[in-house]
Amino acid sequence: MGEVEEEQKQHYQIDLGNLFAFNPHHNFPSVPPSREELVKECLEQGTKLVQAVADALFSLPSVEDRDGPLVKLPAPTIRLPREKPLPKPRPPTKWEVFAKKKGIQNHKKDKLVFDEQTGTWKRRHGFDRVNDDKDIPIIEAKMTDEPGVDPFAKRRSEKKQRVEKQERHRLHNLKEAAKVGALPSHVQLAATAIPITGTQAAPRKVSKEELQNVAGMAATATASGGKFDKKLPGEKPQKHEKKYRKFLPVVEGSGMGSLERQQTDKVLSKLMSKNSHEILNVEKAVNMYNVKREKKRRNQPGKSSSTSSKLKPKNPHNKTSKKGSSFKGKSKKGSSFKGKSK
Amino acid sequence: MEFWGLVYLYYILYVFSVQLIMLQIRTPKTGRAKREVEKRAPKIVETGKKTLILHGTKTSQVLNTVLTEIYHLKKDNAVKYTRRNDNIRPFESGGETSMEFYSLKTDCSLIVFGSHSKKRPDNLVIARTYDHHIYDLVEVGIENFKSMVSFSYDKKLAPQIGSKPFFAFIGEGFENLEELKHLKEVLLDLFRGEVVTNLNLAGLDRVYVCTAVSSNRVFFTHCGLRLKKSGSVVPRMELVEVGPSMDLVVRRHRLPEDGLKKEAMKIAPELTKKKEKNVSKDPIEGKIGKIYMPDQQVGIVPLPNKAKGVKRERREAKMKGDTKKHEVKKQKLEA
Repeated sequence: MGEVEEEQKQHYQIDLGNLFAFNPHHNFPSVPPSREELVKECLEQGTKLVQAVADALFSLPSVEDRDGPLVKLPAPTIRLPREKPLPKPRPPTKWEVFAKKKGIQNHKKDKLVFDEQTGTWKRRHGFDRVNDDKDIPIIEAKMTDEPGVDPFAKRRSEKKQRVEKQERHRLHNLKEAAKVGALPSHVQLAATAIPITGTQAAPRKVSKEELQNVAGMAATATASGGKFDKKLPGEKPQKHEKKYRKFLPVVEGSGMGSLERQQTDKVLSKLMSKNSHEILNVEKAVNMYNVKREKKRRNQPGKSSSTSSKLKPKNPHNKTSKKGSSFKGKSKKGSSFKGKSK
Repeated sequence: MEFWGLVYLYYILYVFSVQLIMLQIRTPKTGRAKREVEKRAPKIVETGKKTLILHGTKTSQVLNTVLTEIYHLKKDNAVKYTRRNDNIRPFESGGETSMEFYSLKTDCSLIVFGSHSKKRPDNLVIARTYDHHIYDLVEVGIENFKSMVSFSYDKKLAPQIGSKPFFAFIGEGFENLEELKHLKEVLLDLFRGEVVTNLNLAGLDRVYVCTAVSSNRVFFTHCGLRLKKSGSVVPRMELVEVGPSMDLVVRRHRLPEDGLKKEAMKIAPELTKKKEKNVSKDPIEGKIGKIYMPDQQVGIVPLPNKAKGVKRERREAKMKGDTKKHEVKKQKLEA
């Protein structure tokens, strides 16, 4: 009985946030004889602890919900380690820095805007939007305008420049964030390799066989063909799959042409082709001449029409003028008003 | 290799490797993918940890049952792999890579790995990861295991999946002995579930009871709760053994490194409440603030004498407090 009183005086460590109770003062003086007794003892102690937690829990102010009383739990006192590192705050973007400096407040914009021209409410972005570039019928010419500059094309190119600038800024902001290690969670930076040759050729991944053969390729630099080079453990001897030299058969069987003649022909044609800058490829020359002649024929009737020549920009080179007209002809937006037909 | 051969080798490798490394930005193209990526991103306040259950090279019948039952206890946020993993050796330096890879792929930070060998029969390793690298490990052996099936009880008492459990730890060993302290922390982490602020008192139905029987043996059992009417608001609790009960014998453990522990225990600075200084609440007067005024020495403050801009005689005359009005240079008057 005395022991029970003593235990009651001692406090349990209770962590309400975790619904956790710990009794540090209990110990088994002797190993209980049977398993059942051990279990019984443990359940008894457990009941006491749970009762203590429940006492504290039910004394918290509760809100009646349809499922039952809701209680606001305090934060857990026992600290457990995180599973992922803390996210770093991202650095302010270029615009945010500028806006803070100037004191610009961000105002939320409406989705619908009243369009003066049609007198209806149109959406701000998307299909059939307010202030769309393609809806502008006439642009008045200003004194500052250069002659020969298409204002519609100029508007389009300016917009494209603005969009590119915005994209550059976005990438710059992402790079700045990546430097600190604070990329937004849905963005991943993947390192891709592009070749330094100018074209957008797909980067060729070096295969396992190629890497294995690299040593063999390097071995050809030695005078003895890599035969006496020290080999690393695991390095396989170089393979030379083909024969070193090809010899013609001594006796020609039936069914084969004169292989010797073919061989000598091959050698001759190779020699001749090396000095071929003097030799004319007749077919190719004829084709080129025909093409030139046809182009000339097309040009002469085209030059006699006056309307097209007036509207075309005056250019000394025929080629560039042709290019220009074809480019403008391709434009889809508002082409009916432009007066250029093709 | 010969010198020129080596040079040529380097040249070939250089040709293969010289390419511009460009950083390409990859964003998920669908909303669903974006949501999944954001779920796995680190957060300031973390939600519940997921558990991964793995089998080792050889598992006994007992161990198989234990792993399945742990999976059932944590059905909502656990992943169970059924294949054998021969290359996982948690306590060896190179044998953790497989565990870390699985943790990364399934986004699980708690790993329960069961294996059976002659030296360590019915072995269970509970590992925690931080940033998908092993943080700490506890190895326990399982003895006297009784499965959930073998307990008979009233069906109404069966705990629901996902309910928040009570924890009852008994024994001074949990405070004094390092291994048992570590085991206590790991068991709490494993069975805790999500940290919630609002709790529905009607949904309390399970308890995990752990008793330190001896210096290395812990009796672990899972019980259902029966709330009985008592005189006061607080109901009387009654424990009914429901789930698996086993003896855990602590074999090995590895504590986390100090630097890593410090980093893992960090709390976001935004969350720490800063105490407002010089503000107090009075029940009668309400909110009171204290303002500290610096000492204004009224008598000692020097008056603007403007003696500086004037020649010496005039300056001395001024200082003496001469009342004679003599022509003074026009001086700028302070507004």
